[in-house]
Amino acid sequence: MAYNLKENLMQGDRLSGGHRFCAGCGSPIAIRTVLRALNPEDQAVICSATGCAEVSTFIYPYTAWKDSFIHNAFENAGATMSGVETAYRALKKRGKIDETYKFIAFGGDGGTYDIGFQSLSGAMERGHDMVYVCYDNEAYMNTGIQRSSSTPMFADTTTTPQGKVVPGKQQNKKDLTKIMVAHGIPYVAQSTFISNFKDLSEKAHKAIYTPGAAFLNVMAPCPRGWRYPSEKMMEVTKAAVETCVWPLYEVIEGKYTINYRPKEKKPVEEYLKMQGRFAHMFKPGNEWMIETVQKHIDAKWEDLQNLAEIK
Amino acid sequence: MSKYEKNTAPDVKWQDITLAADVFEGGTSAAIETGDWRTIKPVIDWDKCKQCLLCAPACPDMSIPVMADGKRGDFDYFFCKGCGICANACPFGAITMVK
Ligand SMILES: Cc1ncc(C[n+]2csc(CCOP(=O)(O)OP(=O)(O)O)c2C)c(N)n1
Ligand code: SF4
Ligand code: SF4
Ligand code: SF4
Ligand SMILES: [Mg+2]
Repeated sequence: MAYNLKENLMQGDRLSGGHRFCAGCGSPIAIRTVLRALNPEDQAVICSATGCAEVSTFIYPYTAWKDSFIHNAFENAGATMSGVETAYRALKKRGKIDETYKFIAFGGDGGTYDIGFQSLSGAMERGHDMVYVCYDNEAYMNTGIQRSSSTPMFADTTTTPQGKVVPGKQQNKKDLTKIMVAHGIPYVAQSTFISNFKDLSEKAHKAIYTPGAAFLNVMAPCPRGWRYPSEKMMEVTKAAVETCVWPLYEVIEGKYTINYRPKEKKPVEEYLKMQGRFAHMFKPGNEWMIETVQKHIDAKWEDLQNLAEIK
Repeated sequence: MSKYEKNTAPDVKWQDITLAADVFEGGTSAAIETGDWRTIKPVIDWDKCKQCLLCAPACPDMSIPVMADGKRGDFDYFFCKGCGICANACPFGAITMVK
């Protein structure tokens, strides 16, 4: 069915207000959009790796989740959800469950790119009928903005502080989306928040309803850690897409499709300058940092375009 | 909230909380007012609002309800934390953040 923003919103949300994410946090926006992609008549079992999402939504005795939710550890969201999905299949086979259940694991970038990686990789490799959603805010935010393998180069974090000797994080962001593609699973996509949320909503629906394992990587900015005024969320995600820092693409059965190509690719400064974590890159003498990032982003975009051309 | 609701005041004894700290009902955080975090608040000018709904999905706090008639309602100030995302997302300048 074609996406319609009004109908999508009229279904209501499966995440409740009263959660304790910071004002302007991107994570609950990612979560509520993914949950609205569930068919309203379907049940869901959800879990989350420890991180801002888990601690903000599930403070005993309250839960912001209207669906069943499992509180598990930092490193095992993939394993938890694959176990539940297996139990469901067994019960369904014996005729003990009638309703349709869907299985969604959420994890921050720390819980996904780093500590939960082997658990996620196993769940995807075994082909469980589940979706793993990474809400990527590019650092360990819940514990105070430590770098992760998802943090982009030169970002100023508490464990990669920029100064006279060190220019911020010294490594590039790990390309987890492509690593998930290499698992050979039927659906992998990268998205973020753009205008009417069509891109993320459609990808979430495909991820949930494609039989087998699916992975969704959603850029979900953190105004605290990225140091931008909270009201600029939609401008930040738009700049990420328009500069090709975070291209919107999906990979169905191994075939790459770029969902949006900027008419005119914007220089990376347009994205970097909005955020305090990159402010040092704009000091005189640090022009090389911006050039390095631009080269990297250009090469990645070229690579993605080549992959999308392969028939 | 259900009959399983438990007291979590600082003096509660562990015997008085649910086994394994289970929660038996969904969406119970709705009882928590997060609107008191707000330092500025969004107000809508209904004359400027064109009901495009672009503000609604961008709210982190589900504070822009879309009603059965497909139109957005007023802000839910019980939850709204005053982040300002909606005001910037509105293409028609219908939302202003005020003190
Ligand atoms: C095994 C283990 N190590 C460390 C922690 C402490 N810890 C809790 S949340 C967190 C950071 C989570 O980062 P991320 O997954 O990126 O989610 P975010 O908080 O950014 O949403 C850490 C280090 C933990 N809970 N468990
Ligand atoms: S620290 Fe960042 S990711 Fe965590 S709740 Fe606050 S804004 Fe969201
Ligand atoms: S100010 Fe923020 S929390 Fe309040 S309605 Fe607007 S987007 Fe939602
Ligand atoms: S974005 Fe602006 S015009 Fe559109 S529904 Fe919201 S307030 Fe009204
Ligand atoms: Mg993180």
